Amino acid sequence: MRSESSKQKLRLIWLQGVTCNGNTHSFLNLSYLPQLLSRYEIVYHPSLPSSSTQDKIYTLKEACDVFVFEGAYDPLMRRCDVLLSDLLEHYGTQADFIISAGSCASFGGMFKASAPERNSGLIFDGTEQIGPLRPIYEKVINLSGCPIHPEWLGYTLSMIADGHKIQTDELHRPLELYSDLAHHGCTRNEYFEWKVDSKQFGVKEGCLYYAQGCRGPMTHASCNHILWNEVSSKTRSGSPCFGCTEPDFPRRDLFVTKTNMSIPADVPLGISKRAYLTMAGVAKTFKIKRLEGRLIDD
Amino acid sequence: MKVVVLARRLKAERKENIISAALSLFSKEGFHATTIPDIAEKVGMSVGNFYNYFSSKETLAKELILYISTYLGDRIKAINEGPLTTEEKIAAIVTMYFKIAEERPEMIEYFLRIYLSNREVFRDGCEGIICVSSFVTEMMIFFDDGVSSGDLRDQDFFSAFGLFMGYLGGMVFLFGEKILPEPLNTYEAPISDNIYNALRVI
Repeated sequence: MRSESSKQKLRLIWLQGVTCNGNTHSFLNLSYLPQLLSRYEIVYHPSLPSSSTQDKIYTLKEACDVFVFEGAYDPLMRRCDVLLSDLLEHYGTQADFIISAGSCASFGGMFKASAPERNSGLIFDGTEQIGPLRPIYEKVINLSGCPIHPEWLGYTLSMIADGHKIQTDELHRPLELYSDLAHHGCTRNEYFEWKVDSKQFGVKEGCLYYAQGCRGPMTHASCNHILWNEVSSKTRSGSPCFGCTEPDFPRRDLFVTKTNMSIPADVPLGISKRAYLTMAGVAKTFKIKRLEGRLIDD
Repeated sequence: MKVVVLARRLKAERKENIISAALSLFSKEGFHATTIPDIAEKVGMSVGNFYNYFSSKETLAKELILYISTYLGDRIKAINEGPLTTEEKIAAIVTMYFKIAEERPEMIEYFLRIYLSNREVFRDGCEGIICVSSFVTEMMIFFDDGVSSGDLRDQDFFSAFGLFMGYLGGMVFLFGEKILPEPLNTYEAPISDNIYNALRVI
């Protein structure tokens, strides 16, 4: 815990690489954003009132405690004529904490898919540690997601402001947020258990894993117990999880479950295919009438 | 302690003897024509003692199909986990299946003539693939590996499964009926080729 005397506001700088601004947009939906921001001095953010100016930021005359970077790293990209590598070196070196906001900054994400030979995350290119901030990787917290879940960034900034240590996994994602799978807390779990698949999107019934491409059982994310906008999640609203928090995102054919002769190519994490097929084959034997129809008739 | 271990081993052996005797009788005489006294007599035990091992003929019938499924599944698993190519795995499965048909014909006969023909016996407790799960799962693993490695064409599982196992079952049936003019093993190579050619990527 930070002591009372040290509770002066932490200085935060938020810069962008190759990005769609999705993480900024998501963060602006955080329900307690004003309270959280009141604990920080926003030195610079492209979309929030800031205490410094673009000129000072890009002439490398500022400093911060927390450096948030949104978007993929492109070694050839310049912001206000300054190479991203120079911005990252300056602000990354002097900050105490570096947050990769979203999958592009964490692993390369969507923009790595469009230019794999150039774009990467800050530490990782997929799972390979070849990003520009690998020499100072201890400071980097990856908050993958496309976009970032506002609560996950809210949690991380609150923990930093309170002086708490954040435990991370091998991909530098906070364990508190990424140790579960998106499958946990999914309201469709009963359909998963009995192998009843959903024939369409946007309905409450059926599991989306079998035909609709859902990656929930293979994806580290707490989307189904830290709900989006405190209300819902993709799977709850009838859309498959795309596995956007994992280093292999984006995969191809996001709405299709890859199968080999009707057998899922990927099975739930940590379960052998043999064990899964045995369990699934037995479960599928039984027809559970209650799970076959609509929950509420049209 | 030693006595307890010995008693357990003896009981397991006696159970195995019942399974062998029952497989033989069921596959020759049929499920309904075979009685518990017939089985007990073949094993050399009293009818009363038989019930210490199986509570009914139906329970024994279900145990037998689990036994056969595990027996086949273990052998296909060994093939799946070996270093063979998909084409070689097909040949190995065909060889294994025909070898069992020749050496332990009662196992395949039981599957074809009792399990598939007396569904009412297996309705409660052996629904769907429950009692043949070990065997079917290994065939799923085989097909999954075959498609993943780029050797087999992606298609519906049961279409491929039926082609493979239906073909083998048909040949073993013809063998059992003594219709085949040549020994069963002479058909292994052409049948393996046919299966591979029917399933492979074109």
